[in-house]
Amino acid sequence: MLLVAVLTVPLAAGALASACSWRRSVGWTMAVANASVLGLGIALAVQTDRHHVAGGLDGVLRADALSAFMVVVIGVISVLASVQSIRFLEVEATSTPHGPRRAAVHSALVQAFVACMLAAVLAANLGVLWVAVEATTIATTFLVGHRRTDAALEASWKYVVICSVGIALAFLGTVLVYFAALHVPGAPAGASVLDWTALMRASHHLDPRVVRLAMALLVLGYGTKVGLAPMHSWLPDAHSQAPAPVSALMSGVLLTVAFYALLRFKAVADGAIGPGYTRALLVIVGLASLFVAASLLLTQRDVKRMLAYHSIEHMGLIALGAAAGTTVAVAAVLLHILGHGLAKAVLFLASGEILLVEGTSEIEKIPALLARRPLLGGIFGFGLAALLGLPPFSLFVSELTMIRGEVAAGLGWAAGLSLLAMAVIFAAVMAHGRHLLLGDPGGTPHATPPLVGIPLVGGLALCAMVGVAAWPLQSLLVAAARVVVR
Amino acid sequence: MMSGALVEVVELAAGTVLVGAVLVLWRRELRAMISVLALQGGALATVAAVIAFHNGDGGLGTVAGIVLLAKGVVVPSLLARVVDADPRSRETAPLVNVPSSLVAAGGFVVLSYLVTGPVVALDRGPLTRLAPLGLATVLIGFFVLVTRRKAVSQIVGLLLVDNGVALVAFLLTAGVPMLVELGASLDVLLVVVVLQVLATTMRARFGHVDLDQLRELHD
Repeated sequence: MLLVAVLTVPLAAGALASACSWRRSVGWTMAVANASVLGLGIALAVQTDRHHVAGGLDGVLRADALSAFMVVVIGVISVLASVQSIRFLEVEATSTPHGPRRAAVHSALVQAFVACMLAAVLAANLGVLWVAVEATTIATTFLVGHRRTDAALEASWKYVVICSVGIALAFLGTVLVYFAALHVPGAPAGASVLDWTALMRASHHLDPRVVRLAMALLVLGYGTKVGLAPMHSWLPDAHSQAPAPVSALMSGVLLTVAFYALLRFKAVADGAIGPGYTRALLVIVGLASLFVAASLLLTQRDVKRMLAYHSIEHMGLIALGAAAGTTVAVAAVLLHILGHGLAKAVLFLASGEILLVEGTSEIEKIPALLARRPLLGGIFGFGLAALLGLPPFSLFVSELTMIRGEVAAGLGWAAGLSLLAMAVIFAAVMAHGRHLLLGDPGGTPHATPPLVGIPLVGGLALCAMVGVAAWPLQSLLVAAARVVVR
Repeated sequence: MMSGALVEVVELAAGTVLVGAVLVLWRRELRAMISVLALQGGALATVAAVIAFHNGDGGLGTVAGIVLLAKGVVVPSLLARVVDADPRSRETAPLVNVPSSLVAAGGFVVLSYLVTGPVVALDRGPLTRLAPLGLATVLIGFFVLVTRRKAVSQIVGLLLVDNGVALVAFLLTAGVPMLVELGASLDVLLVVVVLQVLATTMRARFGHVDLDQLRELHD
């Protein structure tokens, strides 16, 4: 019942948005709908904590602690994004004659996108998980191309083609896992074979050689949607061209929803072939992503592209943490998913506001933000500090714990290399950030509207609060990690 | 065990899918490529229908019908509309010439036999043996995507990848579970619709759909 409600609320809100022309109240309705998703997610977390597993829709939907945690992450970030959307869409709706219609379609697509992500984390069947992840690509394409400029069109074309091909490989991997599961002696025939519970039960008997082939395809395929090198090239384009609230959702949660799929398959593969093989794959793509991000961050001139490359870095860190694979390391990965989502969403939303008031997102053309717009500049500065892993934000705790987990798992050399890449990234982002934030332009500072300021400050405060005291989350994080760690 | 005649029909149809992929490399006209895609759709539907008939699986029979309709009719006609609307770009401009592409295709076939070794070893049935044909189609689709720069030929490459994956799924597991199959078919159809809309918008804007001339975004 709860699971069906989680999916229905955003879909119903989207249907409402598409039915009427856009007004401020419609925007607030979307925000309230997403806030209730968050509420339902917290209820689900409490329920899975007590009863372990919740089901729904005749066994098609299923939630354990890991799914509940992901619902909470999706809920939190979609609330932030939908509150910020109100301001973005109000400008959009009043600027052109087609504005209200376009704003309505935009709201409906965003809600469909959120529902697809929720379906992905609540799917009992790993094939349905694939369908939902592919559907996110379709829902977001027109959002990426929303501005209809040449660059936006090019970015959305690249996005669909590269992600669809990647995800086709993940489908091939899923088929191979299904094939292996059908050949387990005494396996039940029928649709339930691809169910998470059935796969976990059968995982020790899966043919190891087929699972190896499948895992390579799955890491490459879902890795495309995660934005891991070598299939990352769509990410900076799509995330920089999409409207800011969409970038916040894509970068803050969509990437990690795809990573959630990898965590599930990794648990199945660990049963069949042991952790060594998947660990090697994840270390390779993780380190490659870190170094790609480090080398390209040095030369970025655009705020949103800088943030996009930063996402590639963080996905690389998450891949390394998952490679370590202990309960503590995976719990840190999940905390990092939440922390990165919050910080990245705040930064993308702030960059949207910068684009709105400054008319550009080129770093060169927006100096001394802190003096000219103290609140916006402050949010951006603290957001960058959070993303760079400075305390008190939760990314500091999660990065430290992931590195300790990697060293304990014998991946100390990989942790060392990742620290090297992080140092380069730190220097590069500090240089960009210094130009963006500091300086003395003279003149009177501008105020930032409270509708923009309050949610962003709230997001950062939450990120810091989780970093200082993880107590409300601790048991959920550990329970969620235990789901995918043997 | 499937009877000899039925196995031969599946072998023929699976072979047609791979030959279709090679034909895409060989022909330059976009219209010809689209006909090849329709042929591949028909061959895929045949594979699904024969397996459905043999297993007495009504669900898979329905899937065969959907595949025939979606990949044999709807997708090719959507693509044909994009090509017909722009008479100047009816030919692809491959980055790699045709003879080299065909040699590469031969390499992909050998590679896929090597890679699928463990799969064939697990189940020595007559259909599993054909799985390398599907993987080779996937690899050729990749090659088309990388070496062809017209919008339509990129969609063709994507569909080759997808058809190859679908062929492997039918041969190995008699299709994935019904719900997944329906979702996956719908997704593919929507992706093609999305790409068609994008290609139409790009042509209205730039007057062409040549991706090599899109150079706004790079690092």
